[in-house]
Order: sequence, then structure tokens, then C-alpha cells
Amino acid sequence: MKILTDTEKLALDKYEVNEGQPHILINQELCQACSTKNCLFACPASLYSEQDGEIIVEWAGCLECGTCLAVCSNNALTWQYPEGGFGIIYRYG
Amino acid sequence: MEKFDVIIVGGGPAGLSAAISAARAGMKTVVIERGDFPGTKNVMGGVLYTKATEEIVPEFWKEAPLERPVIEQRYGILSGDELVSATYRDPAWAEPPYNAHTVLRVKFDRWLAEQAVKEGVMIIPETVVEDLLYHNDKVVGVRTGRPEGDLGAEVVILAEGANNFIAQKAGLAPKLTPDRVAVAVKEIIALPQEKIEDRFCLEPGQGATIELFGDSTAGMLGTAFVYTNKDSLSLGLGVMLSQLTASKLTPNDLLERLKAHPYIKRLIQGGETKEYLAHLLPEGGYKAIPKLYRQGVMVVGDTAMFVNGLHREGSNLAMISGKIAGEVAAQAIKSGDTSEQAMSVYATRVSDTFVVQDLYNYRNINGFFENNPHFLKVYPEIVADSMRMFFTADGVPKRERLKQIMNNAFAKRSKGSILKDLFGAWRALK
Repeated sequence: MKILTDTEKLALDKYEVNEGQPHILINQELCQACSTKNCLFACPASLYSEQDGEIIVEWAGCLECGTCLAVCSNNALTWQYPEGGFGIIYRYG
Repeated sequence: MEKFDVIIVGGGPAGLSAAISAARAGMKTVVIERGDFPGTKNVMGGVLYTKATEEIVPEFWKEAPLERPVIEQRYGILSGDELVSATYRDPAWAEPPYNAHTVLRVKFDRWLAEQAVKEGVMIIPETVVEDLLYHNDKVVGVRTGRPEGDLGAEVVILAEGANNFIAQKAGLAPKLTPDRVAVAVKEIIALPQEKIEDRFCLEPGQGATIELFGDSTAGMLGTAFVYTNKDSLSLGLGVMLSQLTASKLTPNDLLERLKAHPYIKRLIQGGETKEYLAHLLPEGGYKAIPKLYRQGVMVVGDTAMFVNGLHREGSNLAMISGKIAGEVAAQAIKSGDTSEQAMSVYATRVSDTFVVQDLYNYRNINGFFENNPHFLKVYPEIVADSMRMFFTADGVPKRERLKQIMNNAFAKRSKGSILKDLFGAWRALK
């Protein structure tokens, strides 16, 4: 099988995106002081990136696993489940 | 505010089992689920154990959407391109009373929810529970994300999964830390039935499972797995977050690395990925079990850390803990006593089952592997070397070869260290 990138894989999944209602909020000040930035690697969907010194999350592709929250060493994330019915909708499980 | 006897937070195997047992005892029961219907947010590797499931729905295999009965289990170690494995196979497992089936959770959980509805359970989907409601110290209901979404209950059962947000807010569980949870990623890879049966040596309809240690997770504490579904494979891996973050590898890197391994490559060849999934696995074991109750509330399944990673058991622990909590809730409500002491019956009863006993037995395992990271790095290599040397026919007399095997092992890990490791592993397992 050919190698698939994270982005290609997420394109296979079904989502109901709650436009304009991010369920992950980032406290950039705490991220500035973070030496590990575990979120950049640990997220299974690779949704976190660093742009101009800020941590960005493309929350719409979130698989709602909670990994980023568990690895965030500075408690910089405010993470809630998307509103009922929104977010990832697995078709196989 | 609408009132119920029992409110269950989360429609997975734990929550639905709790709901079924509470409803059977005559309780007005509701399950609050954040997905479109129970199942759409739920992920596991895919092995469902017969014994525990039958305690919830007798003879479920006659109707439930199952993939394949597991007749073969293979445990293996990857070292580079090499594989050393042990297999147990018994065709009798293709017939009742079975041992386990592979399942896809979206279908299975939906079906289990239908069974709950038949028992009189109400399911409220597309609703997130945000917090518990209290009267003094007693839990008296839940606050949902819906307008005027407060619901009252005599007893609330938390079956919210690995992410234990409500249990944290209730002061029952601490925040998840990377040494207590693993992240699992999985792909559903479509493959024609005949191909699956040929590649895994199965009669039509039979299933097999493979678990791989060692290089399958780049030597980190974790497991990779391949499970056969009807016309797809579930291929994935789980790895402790503490080790993953130290490695700076991404879960998808690990998964693609696994897919490229010569052994796995042949199994999945020609397949088409249909879905990519991720989920947390509570792997903290016995020492990380949260407080299981307080006045008017109990904690079950993944939220209670009821996962036996070594045996890849979880859904069965979830269902049994859920069933007991449902029964205890009903009993408490009937006797008009939902005090902390009444809820403690749940902790006592669940501790008398394999659920807590197995975790207690393995209470030192995680610490052992965390403190001995070489274990899953050095030993796969030693084992693979030894087997290669053992099977190589190159004219070296066998007595001499045995010496070479021992010397090779001791060169990679000293005699004293190997003894220490064996003793440590024995102590951690006993």
C-alpha cells in the first residue's frame, strides 16, 4: 500500500464541523514558555504547527482523542468536546 | 427539570451495560451520548469477549453485528525485518460458546444501544454532559450543553471513556498524565473476504488476531495489532504517551512504518484505507484506578482505568463494571439510600471480580517497563538473533551453535543483567 500522509487520512474521515466554534483554545503565553511542545508530534492527526512563534491547531480535523491535552506540559489548552452531534463521525469504529 | 432514576454519561460498552442492568431492575434510565448515536465517537482495536458480553445480552452472537469469531491469536516480536512469533489456533473457537469476536464499534455499539432501548432505556444523543449537579455533597443530576439541559437523577454513572473530564470535575480522578495513557491509532483497510481468508489461513467467516511487540512500536512500550474483520482489516498500534513524546515520532509515522514492514506489507497488500482513527487507552493500571464512587455517583469502564493492556482486554472489563454499577444503583434507589456507603458496594463488588483482581495482579508491570526501557529494545533483538542462529544450517555443530547463541546474548546484555531482568519481570508479574 502506498504511504498516506496524515492529511490524506483525515480526508477519508467524516466530520460535521461546527464552523466558527473551535473546541480547542490555546494560551499562547504559556506556549511561549514551553520547552517540549509535545503537541507538535503527539497529535495523531498532526493538527498542531508552529507559525511565527505561535502554536496553531487546525481543530476542524480533530479526532477528539485528547492526546494533546494529556501531553501538554504547560496546561495551555482549553479543550472541550465539540457541541453534541458535531466533530468526528466514525463510520467503522 | 426532568428526573430519572439513573443517568449514564456515555454510550459505550460500559455505559450501555450499566443502562441495561439498571433498566432490567426497573429503573427509569437514560444514557446521554455526545455522538449522533452510540458508536460514532467510539474506537477500540476490535476484540469483543464472549463471556462478558453474554452477561449483558445472552446469546448475543445470534443477532449482534459481529465481524469474525477469533480462532487464532498470534503474539510476535519484530526485530528489524525479522519476526519471532507464537500462535494458538483452535477451530472450536469458531463455534459457540466462542471466546472472542472482532467487531467494528460503530455497528456494534449502535446494536447494543438498541438492546438497551428494548429494555426501556432512553438514549439522548448529540448531547454533551458538561458537569454534575449537586445538592450539598450529593450528586443529583447532570448539566448538559443543551438549553435548559439540566436532568435530575438519584444516581449518575460516569462511563465517559478514557477522557475523564466529568470524573475530574467531581474530584474523583486526576488529570490524565502521559505515563498513564497510551495513544492508539488505527486504520480500517478494506480487503476482499477471500483474500483475508487466504492470507490468514482461515475457513470462510473465521477470524484471527496478531499482536506485535518490539520494533512494531520502535521499541517503545506498546503493541501493534492486526485484526481480521469481514471484509477489512483493523491495523493499528498503541504506545505510551510518555515514550512517544520522548521519541518525537508521530503516531502516523509509527503506523506507516509498521505498514511498510515486510511481514505486514504482505498482509495488507492491495487493501484500501477507509478510515483513520485515534483514541486514548487508559494504561495506568491498578495504581491509577480513581476513586470509584461518591454520594450518588459511580465510575465505570475506561473512566475507571479498567483496561488490562497486556491481555488487550478492556471492553469486557467495561461491560462487567457497568453491569455491577447498574445493579448497585438500582439496589440503592430501591432501598432509598444512595449515600457514599451505598455506592461503595460497587467498589467492593467490582473488586471481587477479575476486573480489579487482574489489574492488581499486574500492578507493577507498567512501572517495570517504564523503568526498564531496554526490555522492548534489546530482547527482541536477542530473541530474533537466537532463533536465526538456531534455524541456520551451515555446518556448525549444534553444541557449538548453542554456545554462540549464549555468547551473542551475553554480548548484548550481560549474564548478570539478564538474570536481574528475568527476576524483575517475574516479580512484576507474580
